[in-house]
Amino acid sequence: MALVQIDNVSRIYQTGEVQVKALQDVTLSIDEAAFVTFVGPSGSGKTTMLNLIGCLDKPTKGKVFIGKEQVDTFDRRQRAAFRGSTLGFIFQAFNLFQVLTAYENVEYPLVMIKNESISKRKEKVLKVLESVGMLDQKDKFPDQLSGGQKQRIAVARALVTQPKLVLADEPTANLDKKSAVNVIRLMRNMRDEFKTTFIFSTHDPGVMKEAEVIHTLEDGKLV
Amino acid sequence: MIRIFKIALRNLMRYKRRTLLTSMLITLGVLMVILFSGLAGSFKAIMIGQITDSNLAQMQIHKKGYVSSIDTSPLNLTINQKGYKTLEKVFKENPDIEAYSPRIKLSAMLSNFKETTNVRLNAIDPKKEIKVCPNVSDRMKFSGSEIPDILLKQGEIIIPEKLAKGLKIKIGDPVVLVANNKDGSVNGLNFTVAGVIESLVGPQGKEGYMHIKDAQSLLRMEQPETIEIALRIKEFDKLDDVYTDLESALAEFKNKKGKPAFEIHTWETLSPFANIAKMIDFMTISMKLIMIAIVLISVLNVMMMSVYERVREIGTMSAIGTAPGKIMGLFLAEGLSLGFISTLVGNIIGIVGIYFLNIYKIPFAFGRNTIYLLSPTINLSELVWVTAIVLLISVFATLQPAYKASKMEPVDALGHV
Repeated sequence: MALVQIDNVSRIYQTGEVQVKALQDVTLSIDEAAFVTFVGPSGSGKTTMLNLIGCLDKPTKGKVFIGKEQVDTFDRRQRAAFRGSTLGFIFQAFNLFQVLTAYENVEYPLVMIKNESISKRKEKVLKVLESVGMLDQKDKFPDQLSGGQKQRIAVARALVTQPKLVLADEPTANLDKKSAVNVIRLMRNMRDEFKTTFIFSTHDPGVMKEAEVIHTLEDGKLV
Repeated sequence: MIRIFKIALRNLMRYKRRTLLTSMLITLGVLMVILFSGLAGSFKAIMIGQITDSNLAQMQIHKKGYVSSIDTSPLNLTINQKGYKTLEKVFKENPDIEAYSPRIKLSAMLSNFKETTNVRLNAIDPKKEIKVCPNVSDRMKFSGSEIPDILLKQGEIIIPEKLAKGLKIKIGDPVVLVANNKDGSVNGLNFTVAGVIESLVGPQGKEGYMHIKDAQSLLRMEQPETIEIALRIKEFDKLDDVYTDLESALAEFKNKKGKPAFEIHTWETLSPFANIAKMIDFMTISMKLIMIAIVLISVLNVMMMSVYERVREIGTMSAIGTAPGKIMGLFLAEGLSLGFISTLVGNIIGIVGIYFLNIYKIPFAFGRNTIYLLSPTINLSELVWVTAIVLLISVFATLQPAYKASKMEPVDALGHV
């Protein structure tokens, strides 16, 4: 069953008098619990595709469905609420909050978005930290962790709210090869454990091999 | 909510030097206001006390029209015995009035048998006057070092010090007072100089003192008459309220022409120091405005910097679903925490400062050999007011940067370099 449905979507950026067609008439669907990657050279539209699926941006044309919701019609507030309830994000530069410990970073969405009780939060955070193998590092601040460890914490933060879909834009770009493969395998294991759909972008051939479904983008078109 | 403030505090500590500098600036502003308010308030209270408690009194009642012609010391604008008794009844019915004292103001010629000069005199009932102006003897010098229980008896006079020097009159010397009564006839009486009094700034600051019964004899008053009734109230802070009550009570008494028979004035309308007191209040308000400007500029600056430096972080918060209101709340909590901690430190240092100023009192001289010691105080309401203003301004200064942060599009903020 399709979790993500993209119908004839285009995204055009206007910079001055120049029009940049980041995506052109793309149609695709992604199944639940899939482990999907978008690949392609820089400027091919990978990030734009993830931004549209992640409700961070709106298409110029076309429709985006996640589950039963047509998310391209949402206003700013609805999109924020939808992201908090349904989606998880992993960023290339980890984007952990520097003033929070690993535990607090993972706990953040439960406090600020889900408003869950302390006991429930603790249970969920410890469980997900254990799953990503970072339980023993929970009291460290991000600047005390290695790149691979930071990304593990980022994966834990994305998964702690039990989202249907996790989006990761170049999650391994700042990691060495070994750490990159480890993070991708961790993501796949998490997919297996939590049945969460993972969509990520990469141009690393070693990482691509780990994906189950590969969509290739070139000049904003699926090829 | 606790978590939001915890994050806010950690973010403040992220830029320790900047936060410390801003916090010190706000603390300094708060401290400046507390110390200035305390010192200025103490100075004002001492000066007002000196003026009202030594000669002017807190309020005065005259026959209507007296104050406007006070320079000529008119003797035809007197309160007769019936009027005085009516006023006494009003005073006794008012629980806020502590004491009242009748006075006669007159101009006379003073002679040491060799030279003669003009003198303005305040004729008093010493027992009543001491209750209304407990510090009346502060400016006076008597033959011994002790102040007599009764300032002066009938037949005695206390003359201005400069006049005594000019006429080479010493304490104990005999003098003659010659005065015109309201009909224009002249009368003279012998007196003994019981003491001298130092002059004070203000309309009644250069007067000598005599007994009210002597004045009535000198002015050949057939019935006891009064020109001025000085009043003291139980709580000085209630001055305006008591004034309003008395003003409305006195408005009921009309003269034969159907116009108000009496007029009442507070010390503020009688003494030029009221303008200085207003200037002190104005300076205190100016200090508060400076503090507000310091808080506004420093918090606005630090929060704008904070938002600018954390664009990607704001983008991350927004991307993972933090509601715009909560992002705004995070920054508001940061500004509020900065203001709160700074004002708390400022208040503590201010209270400690006031405490030490009370131990090592600041002396200043005013009047006869009197060294006044400033004993600054700061009341709780002033501290609450300063804290509330700092917090309000901190939130106000943070509103724009916080609003800006909450309005950032995550896709733009995440791409910020």
